[in-house]
Amino acid sequence: MAATAPAAENVELMSQVKQQIALANAQEMLSKMTEKCFKKCIHKPGKTLDASEQRCISQCMDRFMDSWNLVSRTYGNRLQRDHYKGAADMAD
Amino acid sequence: MSDFETDLTSNDKELQEFLMMEKQKAQVNAQIHEFNEICWEKCIGKPSAKLDSATETCLSNCVDRFIDTSLLITQRFAQILQKHDM
Repeated sequence: MAATAPAAENVELMSQVKQQIALANAQEMLSKMTEKCFKKCIHKPGKTLDASEQRCISQCMDRFMDSWNLVSRTYGNRLQRDHYKGAADMAD
Repeated sequence: MSDFETDLTSNDKELQEFLMMEKQKAQVNAQIHEFNEICWEKCIGKPSAKLDSATETCLSNCVDRFIDTSLLITQRFAQILQKHDM
């Protein structure tokens, strides 16, 4: 399955689809992050977001992305492992 | 004319394959979001300056055990259905 250059007529549509998907991913990430970090950092909503809450939120965002990346890597490894295992089982 | 037609179908096929790939990627992505949500709740206490190694271990174990659990439950559930249906 070598990747060949897409037909000229398809290039535009494909890049639009990719863009829409990237946008949807970013929105999903944003909404999950907001929900989780609000829960972690804002215990008793006050009159403003105070400095320590703001600090907590920015740390929480960074850790959330770390966590997402680690989960993604772990799941990727798992998929690969199970895929090879499945192929080996079939060969038996 | 027939040249144009074969051209069109090969383009359509290319698009179809592209969309299938993108759909698969989107499904994997949605799964990652779900795992991350579940394992974040399980493993993360107070967000700190760095993910420590205990938390990292917890997160990756969490993903693997969640998948194991899901497989085990699917199997057991299928067995139960079989027993009761036949």
